[in-house]
Amino acid sequence: MATVFDISSRAGEVERLDAEAVNSAKVRQPLYAARKKIFPKAVSGSFRRFKWLVMAITLGIYYLTPWLRWDRGPFAPDQAVLVDMANRRFYFFFIEIWPQEFWAVAGLLVMAGVGLFLVTSAVGRAWCGYTCPQTVWVDLFLVVERWIEGDRNARIKLDQSPYGTRKLVLRITKHAIWLAIAVATGGAWIFYFADAPTLLADVVTGTAAPVAYITIAILTATTYTFGGLMREQVCTYMCPWPRIQAAMLDERSLTVTYNDWRGEPRSRHAKKQAAAGNAVGDCVDCNACVAACPMGIDIRDGQQLECITCALCIDACDAVMDKLDKPRGLISYATLADYNANMALATAGGTAAIEPARVHGADGKLSDRIRHFRWATLARPRTMLYFAAWSLVGVALLWGLLARDRLEVNVLHDRNPQFVVLSDGSIRNGYTVKLLNKIPEPRTIIVTLQGLRGAEMSVIGIDQPADRSFAVKVEPDRARTLKVYVSQPAADVAGPVQSFNFVVEDKSSFETDTYTASFEAPQK
Amino acid sequence: MSEKHIDEVSGVDTTGHEWDGIRELNNPLPRWWVITFYITIAWALAYTVAYPAWPLVSSFTGGLLGYSSRVELKDAMALAEASRAEYAAAVAQKSVEEVLADDTLRTFATSAGAAAFKVNCVQCHGSGAAGSAGFPNLNDDEWLWGGAPGDIFTTIAHGIRYGADDTTRVSEMPAFGEMLEPAQVRQVASYVVSLSGGAHDAALAAEGAQVFADNCAACHGDAGKGNRELGAPDLTDAIWLYGSSLDQVAAQVRTPRHGVMPGWQERLGETTVKELAVFIHSLGGGE
Repeated sequence: MATVFDISSRAGEVERLDAEAVNSAKVRQPLYAARKKIFPKAVSGSFRRFKWLVMAITLGIYYLTPWLRWDRGPFAPDQAVLVDMANRRFYFFFIEIWPQEFWAVAGLLVMAGVGLFLVTSAVGRAWCGYTCPQTVWVDLFLVVERWIEGDRNARIKLDQSPYGTRKLVLRITKHAIWLAIAVATGGAWIFYFADAPTLLADVVTGTAAPVAYITIAILTATTYTFGGLMREQVCTYMCPWPRIQAAMLDERSLTVTYNDWRGEPRSRHAKKQAAAGNAVGDCVDCNACVAACPMGIDIRDGQQLECITCALCIDACDAVMDKLDKPRGLISYATLADYNANMALATAGGTAAIEPARVHGADGKLSDRIRHFRWATLARPRTMLYFAAWSLVGVALLWGLLARDRLEVNVLHDRNPQFVVLSDGSIRNGYTVKLLNKIPEPRTIIVTLQGLRGAEMSVIGIDQPADRSFAVKVEPDRARTLKVYVSQPAADVAGPVQSFNFVVEDKSSFETDTYTASFEAPQK
Repeated sequence: MSEKHIDEVSGVDTTGHEWDGIRELNNPLPRWWVITFYITIAWALAYTVAYPAWPLVSSFTGGLLGYSSRVELKDAMALAEASRAEYAAAVAQKSVEEVLADDTLRTFATSAGAAAFKVNCVQCHGSGAAGSAGFPNLNDDEWLWGGAPGDIFTTIAHGIRYGADDTTRVSEMPAFGEMLEPAQVRQVASYVVSLSGGAHDAALAAEGAQVFADNCAACHGDAGKGNRELGAPDLTDAIWLYGSSLDQVAAQVRTPRHGVMPGWQERLGETTVKELAVFIHSLGGGE
C-alpha cells in the first residue's frame, strides 16, 4: 500500500506528525464523549521486537495447547490439557483434578493474583502492555489493519475518503480477516473442553453439540468487538485493573516515563531558539510518541490511567533521538524516585524552571549525575514479600498435589433408622460407603472393619457371606458407592455410640485410607 | 393553559402548568426510553395474542401458541415416563428374584420402589421403614410371612387380613382371655417372655409351659419358633411387634390385635409392587 502523506525526512531533520492525544487536557472533556478514532503508527525497535515475541508465545500457547497429547493409558483421555465437564475431571499434563480438589484451581488463582501484584510493583503494568489478551489481540488486529489499509497516514486518508469501490474492498477484506481470527479464537477455546481432533471434525461436519457452536459464536462476537471495534476503550472504560493498579505502584516501580527534565522546554525549531539564546530541551515535539500510541494518548502529559505501558512510544522516540544524534531515553522505563532526583537536578531543587544545561554536559551528552535504572531496584522488601507469598502458595500447592491421596473412602451413616435390632438381638447399622479410585486404572480395593468387636459386614450387590473384610472392584478413575450393613452381636455392644474405622487398601500399591465412623445402638 | 410559553433561560418549551411562578420544562423523553416503552407495549400485545391471556365468562382466550402449563406438565411427565419405560418393561417381564440378580435392574427398581414407598407406605411403616408398635420394622430379619423376594412380593400384592382380596394373607389368633383363667394367662405370658430371655418369674413360667403346649404350640410350634405358613410369629427372638414386656405379652394373649395391610397390586399395578419388593428386600433383612 502506498503511504500517501509521508514526507520523507531529510537527514537530521524530523518529520512532525499531526497527532493529538485523545484525552488531551487542552479540550474540555464532556462526561459522555464519542470515541476519537486512533490510527497507531507502526514503530520498530527493541520493545516492538519483544512484543512480537510475546505475541507469538501467548497466541501459540492459546491455539496449540489443546493439540498437545499426553499418554495416560487406555482408561483416560490423551489430551494434555482438558477440562472434561461431562465426567467432572480436569487434566493438566501429569495432574488430574477431581471436583473436590478444585481448591488447587483456587490456589492457582491466588498465585496469579499475587504474581500480578509482584510484576506490577516491579515493572508496572507489564501485564497490560505485553501479555493481556486484549493487548495481544488488538495488536494482532492492528497488524491486519496495517497490512490491508496501510500505515497511519494511509488509514487516516482512507477513513476520511468517501466510500468507493477501493475503500469498500479494503474495509470488507479487513473485517473478513478480523472475523476469521475471531472465529479461530472462539474455535480454539472449545478444544480445551473436549478431545480436540474429534471435536474439530464434529464442528466442521456440523455434528458438534449446540453449546460448542454457541461458545464459538459468543467468543467470535466478543473478540471481533473488543479487538477490532472497541480496542483501547475496553482498557479505559471496561477494565477495573487500571484502577486497582495505582495501589500496586510505588515510587520505585518501573513505568513508561517522559523525562521532561531533559525534554523541556520542547521546541519545534530548536536551532532557531538556541540561536536566539533560549533554553532548548531534547524534545522536538515531533509527536512520534503520540502517533505510535495504541491508546491514543500523549505520554508527555505524565502518568495516566489510559497508559498500558506497551513502551511503543519509547521505540518511536528512540528512533527520533538516534536521528538527531541525541542520547536515547527521552521516553524510558524509569522509577518515580529516579525521575524526581533527575527533575530536582534539572530545576536546581525545584527553585527554577527546567534548565537543560544542568543535566547535559558541554558535548550534549547527559551529565554523570543523572540517575538511571538499576536492576537492583527490583529487589526490595515489597517485591521480595510478594515473591515470598507467591512462592509459598506455589510450594504449598505443589506439595498438596503431590501428597494427595489417589485412593479415598467416604462414609455416610444411615440416619433413618439409625440402627436396627435383629431377631437374634444383634444390632445392625447401615452405611453408604464411597470408594474413590483416582487413578486411570481398574483396582481391587480391600475394605476392612477395624475395631468394633465381633462385628461383621455384608455388602448389597456382592454375593458373599458376612465377613470383616471385602474385596471390591472399582472402575478406573471412578467412584463406587456401596451399601454396607454392619452387624454386631448384642453381647459385644459396648455403649450407645462406638467409633470404628473403615480401612480401604490397595494391596498392589500399598495405598490406604481410613474413615472413622460411628456405630449406634439402643440405650440399655 | 393553551398558550405557548418558552422558558427564557433554557429556551425550552414548558408544559403550561404553573405553580407560584414555577413552570415545568417540557423536555422530550430520551429516545431510547420512548423506544423501549413502545417495544414493551408491542410485546404485551403480541403476548396476549400468543399466550392465554383474557378471561371470558366461562373460559379464557387460549392464545395462538396453544401453550398451557398443564400441557407442559403432562408432556414433562410423559417424557419422564418414557425414559423409565425400557426398564419398567424389563422389570414387568422378570420375577423379583431375576430383577435382584441384575445390577442395572436392581438399581432401577430400588430407586423406583423407594419412590413408591415414600408415597404409599411411610404412613404406617415410617419414612425409614423402621415401623413402630403394631407396624412391622421392614429393615430387620424377622418376617411373619417370609422374607424371600417372592414372599415379600405376595405380602405387598395381596395384603394382610385385607377384606377386598380373596387371596390375602390371613391369620387370626383367638382371644384367649375368654378361654383361659386370668392366672393361666399370666403363666403362659411369663413362659413366652422367658423364651426370649426377658425378665420373668421362673415359677410362673414353669407352670405356663403346660398352658403353652395345650393352647399355643399348634400354631407357634413346640419351641415357640412360630410358623410362617400361618403367619404365627417367632416368640423366641428379640423382635416384638406389640411389645416384649410381661404386660404387653399378656395383653396380646387375652385380646390379640390384628393389624391390617391393604393389598397394593390392584392400586399400584404388578410392576410397582415388584419394585417395592426389591426395595424392601434391599433394606438389609431380605432372605
